[in-house]
Amino acid sequence: MPEDSRNAIEFRDVVLTFGPQVILDGVSFVVRPGETKILMGGSGTGKSTTLKLVLGLLKPDSGQILVDGEDVTHYKESQMMKVRQKIGMVFQDGALFDSLSVYQNVGYRLAEQGADEEEIEETVQRTLRFVNLEQAISKMPSELSGGMRRRVGIARALVGSPKIILYDEPTAGLDPPTARTICELAMKLRDLEGVSSIFVTHRIQDATSLAREHATIDDNGELAIVKNTRPEQNASTQFIVLRSGKIIFEGDGEALWSSTDPFIQKFLE
Amino acid sequence: MLVARSFRGLTQRPVYVRETVTQMDIIGVGTLPITLLAGFFIGAVLALQTAKTLQSFGAQNFTGRLVATSLVRELGPVLTAILLAGRSGSGITAELGSMKVSEQIDAMRALGTDPIRKLVMPRMMALLLMAPVLTVFGDLVGVFGGWVIATTLLKLPTSVYLSSVHEALNYNDIFGGLLKPTVFGLIVAIVGCRSGLRTTGGTVGVGRSTTQSVVVSILLILISDFFLTKLVIALSSTP
Ligand SMILES: Nc1ncnc2c1ncn2[C@@H]1O[C@H](COP(=O)(O)OP(=O)(O)O)[C@@H](O)[C@H]1O
Ligand SMILES: [Mg+2]
Repeated sequence: MPEDSRNAIEFRDVVLTFGPQVILDGVSFVVRPGETKILMGGSGTGKSTTLKLVLGLLKPDSGQILVDGEDVTHYKESQMMKVRQKIGMVFQDGALFDSLSVYQNVGYRLAEQGADEEEIEETVQRTLRFVNLEQAISKMPSELSGGMRRRVGIARALVGSPKIILYDEPTAGLDPPTARTICELAMKLRDLEGVSSIFVTHRIQDATSLAREHATIDDNGELAIVKNTRPEQNASTQFIVLRSGKIIFEGDGEALWSSTDPFIQKFLE
Repeated sequence: MLVARSFRGLTQRPVYVRETVTQMDIIGVGTLPITLLAGFFIGAVLALQTAKTLQSFGAQNFTGRLVATSLVRELGPVLTAILLAGRSGSGITAELGSMKVSEQIDAMRALGTDPIRKLVMPRMMALLLMAPVLTVFGDLVGVFGGWVIATTLLKLPTSVYLSSVHEALNYNDIFGGLLKPTVFGLIVAIVGCRSGLRTTGGTVGVGRSTTQSVVVSILLILISDFFLTKLVIALSSTP
């Protein structure tokens, strides 16, 4: 099967320390094209840090980081700017620019690139429609609810159609229906747009939905979220569990649920 | 480091002109009222104090001279800079600090913007330009404040006061009076931005860096004032 051989993201033996604290202690993994890697682990285990390493917001002490087949480990900030165009990041709590409106937040990347107003407006409207927030276009971030902020954050990450999306706990602190909406967005991007991603989450419901369901266009041409029926449909979602700087589990959903490791058992409860 | 990167930023695109103008507005126009108010009363107090001393020598005609030199050489630049540190420097640190702890700085970089160029540069330019301008306004109003006291309470004729002011100021005073606020503006900008961008530890951290920013700026202003004064004196004594 001839497949795009360039991995979306690859970590090779990455070590990261903050002073005496070892956060990542030789972490290696691969995110294949079109794959969603669900990254789990207790709080403070270095999940956000891992995403920041992909973006080059932090640099590892040793090891290599590859993005879209390119070794970006030693890239300077100016070189990293080009790599970042391929990546959309959904920050924990949104990290919306609170001095800018929803419109300006979502259109930020285009505006910075000097796109004309017409193009920005068209893209912002289309992207907000995708996350179902057209009515909020002229609001300020302080007027939004938690779920809306996350969705604006997702919309902002989607502008420029990045092939890689990093989600940092996009469902944390949200009510179940809103969290579900966000997981469905991630499925749409994974299954219909071919986006590769790392999805950090604590919620086991997110993991179950992403691993066992997929988005498709049904016979009426409508978007539908359906249960996976064939094993290869499960393959697009893989799991990593981090603990004390090491990866203690790597594999697909079924392997995770049937894991006998007591720590993972406790985690899945 | 921050300075070097900021000036390098000037030569590269994009240059954020709109942000710079906004900051000049916030910093310049925003700080003008307190600068004027402070300047007026400092000038008035100077006139009161010096006139008393001068009177015992029968030299109250020199009131204008003392008011003007004190203001232009020392009090104008230093007090304006301290007001800027308290008002704009703290504001800059609080704003950048909140952006840092809420990951907005990271988000900016993730979206392809250099925060040094987008956030630091405009604030630095604005302070560099507005600090001398505000100081000049402060000086002028101070001289006016001194005049009000001199003519009303001390019954000095306006012409005596003004010619005394005029005699007092030489080229070196003006040069020093503009050099100092430029350096002080740079100090407030660098300390303010640096403290903001280095903030960690949530909202508590923002409070901590804001306090620290004001304290460090004021100390650096007072220390550098000493050396700048020495420099100006050294320059003025060379023929
Ligand atoms: N800039 C930093 N400086 C020092 N320590 C940090 C920094 N960022 C994160 N840490 C520490 O690294 C650890 C991992 O953080 P993080 O990746 O945010 O964890 P999480 O898995 O909850 O997302 C935490 O213990 C945190 O205190
Ligand atoms: Mg985190």
